[in-house]
Amino acid sequence: MRWSHRTGRYDTSMTAPPQATGAAAAAEPEAVIQGIDSKAIVGRSLGQIAWLRLKRDKVALGGGIVIAVLILIAISALLFDRVFGLVSPNEFHQELIDGSTLAPKDAFGGMSAEHPLGIEPLNGRDLLARVYAGSWISLLIATGATILSVAIGTTLGVVAGFFGGWVDTLIARAMDVFLAFPLLVFAIALAGVIPDNAFGLEGETLRIALLIFIIGFFNWPYIGRIVRGQTLSLREREFVDAARSLGAKGPRILAKELLPNLVAPILVYATLLIPTNILFEAALSFLGVGIKPPTATWGGMLADAVKFYTLPHFMLWPGLAIFITVLAFNLFGDGLRDALDPRSR
Amino acid sequence: MKKRAMLATAMGAVVAIGLAGCGGGTTTGGGSSGSGAAPAANAAIGKIFNPSDKKGGTLKFANSGDWDSIDPGDTYYGYSWDFIRLYTKALVTFKNGPAKESLEIAGDLAEGPGVASDDNKTWTYKLKPNQKYEDGTVITSKDVKYAVLRSYDKEIFPNGPEYFKALLNFPEGYQGAYKSKDVDPTSAIETPDDNTVVFHLKAPLGDFDQFAQLPQTAPVPAAKDTGAAYKDHVISSGPYMFEKVEVGKGFSLVRNPNWDPATDPNRKALPDRIEVSTGVASEDIDNRLISGDLHVDVVGTGVGPATLGRVVGDPTLKARTDNPSIARLWYTSVNPQVAPLDNIDCRIAVQYATDKVAYQTAVGGELSGGDVATTVIPPLVPGYEKFDLYPAGADNRGDVAKAKEHLAKCGKPDGFATNVAYRAERPKEKAVAEALQQSLARVGIQVNAKPLAQKDYFSGTAGRPPYARQEGLGLVVNGWQTDWNDPFAFLSQITDSRVIKETGGSSNISVRIPEVDQMLDQMVASPDEAQREKLATDIDKRIMQEAVILPGTYAKALVVRGKGLTNVYINEQYGMYDYTALGLE
Repeated sequence: MRWSHRTGRYDTSMTAPPQATGAAAAAEPEAVIQGIDSKAIVGRSLGQIAWLRLKRDKVALGGGIVIAVLILIAISALLFDRVFGLVSPNEFHQELIDGSTLAPKDAFGGMSAEHPLGIEPLNGRDLLARVYAGSWISLLIATGATILSVAIGTTLGVVAGFFGGWVDTLIARAMDVFLAFPLLVFAIALAGVIPDNAFGLEGETLRIALLIFIIGFFNWPYIGRIVRGQTLSLREREFVDAARSLGAKGPRILAKELLPNLVAPILVYATLLIPTNILFEAALSFLGVGIKPPTATWGGMLADAVKFYTLPHFMLWPGLAIFITVLAFNLFGDGLRDALDPRSR
Repeated sequence: MKKRAMLATAMGAVVAIGLAGCGGGTTTGGGSSGSGAAPAANAAIGKIFNPSDKKGGTLKFANSGDWDSIDPGDTYYGYSWDFIRLYTKALVTFKNGPAKESLEIAGDLAEGPGVASDDNKTWTYKLKPNQKYEDGTVITSKDVKYAVLRSYDKEIFPNGPEYFKALLNFPEGYQGAYKSKDVDPTSAIETPDDNTVVFHLKAPLGDFDQFAQLPQTAPVPAAKDTGAAYKDHVISSGPYMFEKVEVGKGFSLVRNPNWDPATDPNRKALPDRIEVSTGVASEDIDNRLISGDLHVDVVGTGVGPATLGRVVGDPTLKARTDNPSIARLWYTSVNPQVAPLDNIDCRIAVQYATDKVAYQTAVGGELSGGDVATTVIPPLVPGYEKFDLYPAGADNRGDVAKAKEHLAKCGKPDGFATNVAYRAERPKEKAVAEALQQSLARVGIQVNAKPLAQKDYFSGTAGRPPYARQEGLGLVVNGWQTDWNDPFAFLSQITDSRVIKETGGSSNISVRIPEVDQMLDQMVASPDEAQREKLATDIDKRIMQEAVILPGTYAKALVVRGKGLTNVYINEQYGMYDYTALGLE
């Protein structure tokens, strides 16, 4: 999809108005597309240009809309389930289960008006309620962990790249250590030994905080490396030299000259990290070290579904939820990267 | 139209036959002789399905995991004790046969059951003459003695049971055949001549034969023993010997040319060759059993939930299944050391509030989960008596009114909060925890799930009292299968309070009743079977009065009978097919 608008409209707009006056058009071809007629040519910021590009990328936009809807769903699930108690994802309906096969008595996984997506084998819990109630945990853990990795990764990456020398060596080695760390094994071990009350938190809140910490803390080197590399190349650029020769000191250069230029890669990487983290949380729940039962999570539901593989509906719905979420974030992240940095295509 | 109607009636007839098969219970006789008996559900329970004496063929087993060890001194799985009789002979053995036949003891290496003397403290066994190992060497009583002594060493053989260590009168500081080579173990085991072995016990024991049947009495030639490496080539004393052992893949057995059928009336030894593959995915095993590519799932715990639906829904497949009971109780320990469960009424409230059908469904449903249990001792174990102190209502879904009544007596009319521990690796136990959460919540008992690692469940967490108290583990999901069908073998490890140590390691988590301990001591010493069974029933009732064990189900397994098997029957000692009897069409 992406190629169509770039090869098509982009090129014609470049060739069609050759006389459309000088430097501005050459530097910012996008400005030409709409501003060709009577309106005066208005300068656009980098952000506006990126937004324009993103708007034209229908796939990315679609991903963005799906993400927005998912976030709304997650927030409503948190409110309706946890705050108002209107959803009952843990309620058994064993009267609908066959006592010998453990499968739903009715066809199509027990789908009915009351249970639109059917029910779980064994317990008869409503699948729609569970997929719905599981949404906020998946999204909360994935975004929380991403924010944590981005914060640590950016800070350490910029410091390493900008100051260089022994600081860089130290941080770079630390990254190597973290990258070589058997994260999954460690996560399983850690999630197993943490008690129910720790750090002033308890029960589920602690569990969620713990998962955010484990996933976020061990993923920082990936983004750290990217930021470090970018910083290394940026700090040799002319505008940094210029700032320096004007007398700017380290912190100012970091904050005013380097960080704004790092926003694009960080943002892009963050949107691509979220789906990875969703899958990681699902994997932990799948292995039984995520959120404790009976709380519904998508990964946990998949884990339950595996032994009932002859009843595909059980695996289908949580699997579909993960699939849609991960796909939406990936498409949006890809589009965002193209919009922010067209050269990287 | 007419054709279709006829087809429908024909189909109906097939279904009817299948259904009739389902009802086929434990009536003896049945199973028409001749080639290819008509398969019917449960046709191998209580009787022999497809009896035959035809020799030959390759019998194929598969295991979704692997043996703890194939060394007779170092194995503690029920299926392993069933299988090991193909390549070893113990001193005595349970008789091979369907129904109750397997409760009797018969001679194996020995001519017959042991002879007691010295107030039941000395037990003597006479070996049959001219029994040989696979290499032709004659088996002597010294080999039996050596086998028992080597199994004493738990550093080299960590898996096997420790009965002999506890029962025999070993000298002070004895450490087994390897470390205490120079110590004379005569005070425990003697071999006055090559055909006699004498055991000396610490205390009188009513029935030593049930210990003499352990695989640990299977002879091991001292000259061929390589300690922990012996499992790479176990020297056979039974009808088959190892051809090849590939660690992690499996092994194959061929006929032992030096095995003499005349000295072994207990084993049929029909197939020419036995092949075993290990580490096969359990779904794969189920599918291959159905297709006929495999004959037996050696572990014998039955098909997985995915296959369950498929097998039950198809009358022809259903006719190829057996649904034996197993001498196993799925239960939950109710820990009286954790408040408020230290109050008996709070414990009784838990008993009444539990939805027994949900418990049953959690462990696998009617077919693979078992029958709803109301006692500690399962029906297969002598001493079982049906009683129900806490009726769970007409639909078995719990008696909420009674539960609330007892909660009020306990001083917690609105319920309380507690934790349920279970092994995180076991989906069935997770389902039990969820079922308990749901059913106890009906009376206001909030149950918080505590998944724990399987590997130190008994040694480090749920089974270590300080940890259980500190973490408030009021409920601990548990299960216990008897080593063999004897009330003492079933009860001693889960109801004797003296096996509980503060350092952990005990399967008994909640039963601390002094009277039960006393009754167990009486049971061990008593040579009178009827009295032993009576004591077992009394223990059972005493435990249920205290409500420290919440019985879930008496386990069952839905197993698929392999295609083309002959002489198939469930051996009740193991709750699975008798592997020494199987043959091929």
